[in-house]
Amino acid sequence: MQTVKMVVTGPFSSGKTQFIQTVSEIDVVATERKISSESERIKETTTVAMDFGRITVDDDLVLYLFGTPGQKRFDFMWEILSEGMLGFVVMVDSSRPETFREARRILETFRAYAPTPYVVAANKQDLEDAWEPEDMRIALRLAPDVKLLPCIATNKEEVKNALLELLYSILERMDS
Amino acid sequence: MALKGNLRDFSFSQLLNLISLAKKTGMLQVHGPEKDASISFEQGKLSYAQNNAADNGLAAILLRGEKLTDKQYHVIKERANNIGDKELGLMLINSNYVTQEEILNSLKKEFVATANDLFTWEEGIFHFENNLKPPADKISLLINLENIIIEGSRQLKEQERLQDEIPSLDMALKFTDNPGTNIRNVNLSVKEWRVVSFINPKNSMKQNAKTTKLNDLEFRRIVYSLIQAGLVEIVRPEGVAPPAPKIPALPVEDTEEQKSLVNRLITRIRSL
Repeated sequence: MQTVKMVVTGPFSSGKTQFIQTVSEIDVVATERKISSESERIKETTTVAMDFGRITVDDDLVLYLFGTPGQKRFDFMWEILSEGMLGFVVMVDSSRPETFREARRILETFRAYAPTPYVVAANKQDLEDAWEPEDMRIALRLAPDVKLLPCIATNKEEVKNALLELLYSILERMDS
Repeated sequence: MALKGNLRDFSFSQLLNLISLAKKTGMLQVHGPEKDASISFEQGKLSYAQNNAADNGLAAILLRGEKLTDKQYHVIKERANNIGDKELGLMLINSNYVTQEEILNSLKKEFVATANDLFTWEEGIFHFENNLKPPADKISLLINLENIIIEGSRQLKEQERLQDEIPSLDMALKFTDNPGTNIRNVNLSVKEWRVVSFINPKNSMKQNAKTTKLNDLEFRRIVYSLIQAGLVEIVRPEGVAPPAPKIPALPVEDTEEQKSLVNRLITRIRSL
């Protein structure tokens, strides 16, 4: 049985867990704890280890989706999770520009860890305060060739699209 | 959709860059702790700017630009207070108080000064309203943002450089052991002397900055110049080296097999 891995990363509360949950055939194994820090009290719980989802391709191949914890104190997990990954998705909460700087930092960190293809998902596009993806491209200082995809992590088609675009990028890298 | 946030997270320089690149038309409203500002843009160019800390009427702007005297200003305020800027401008030109060029130059200077002031704001809730025009009676211009952005970028670069050199104000300062250097012989400004007088390895720079009532940028600038002059040094914690890049290991080595694997993944994802 072959296994391949993709990593879903991004700032705190960007929608990583939801993204994986939307396409995973198993319930996302998320180790959660109640949030103790006042500054992070945007949601009730947070991932403290990592999210883990699975998509069985066929009898010989399984795709695992790993979600990194969003809080900075778990940065050490990134090195572990990035090992052997096919590619990664950087989730960004379009409605919270205060997280864009953190998203840039995560992007730069992951690019340093592994020169693998990635896409950026402008999540929560259904929210009224969401920035337009093209405005986010400038704000995130993404090069024109970086795929920036509008996304709503609860929408299966949009999550599929993000994963497919990442796979297309991987194929392009192999052809080049 | 909204283009809104806080200058604390998204600087004014970045905003101007975005507005210029995207050639936006509309009004950027910023609510700061001490004052509010409104900047209008037309196709990515600055067309109008004002803040609520000063009189934004044309007469006041011309007074500040020294194109009107105090007496002229007061006469205008008494007799023509309800007239809009466009009408007032025409009246002043026809009465030979000022020329059209003087009006436009004064307005340009005022608008640019208002925009430049925003670079110093560390905090401020901003909101960009697409297609919102400045008030109808106001005179608008079309000013390229490049120079304004360049100046702002210069300030940002300086801030970043200072941030690199002095990454954390939680560290402390101490005088260097430089034989022959007597700091009393060095020409320092009042603010620099204030910083020097509180240098003590037991105090963090954060405490020093608070005591000297200097903002982050000013304090870092002074400390940086003292470091460059060899008068002080920072007591730093040991840095952490960045991790070595990892090459991802795929489960198969042959390129065709790898492509086949990826194609199988694509087919499966499509079928979800």
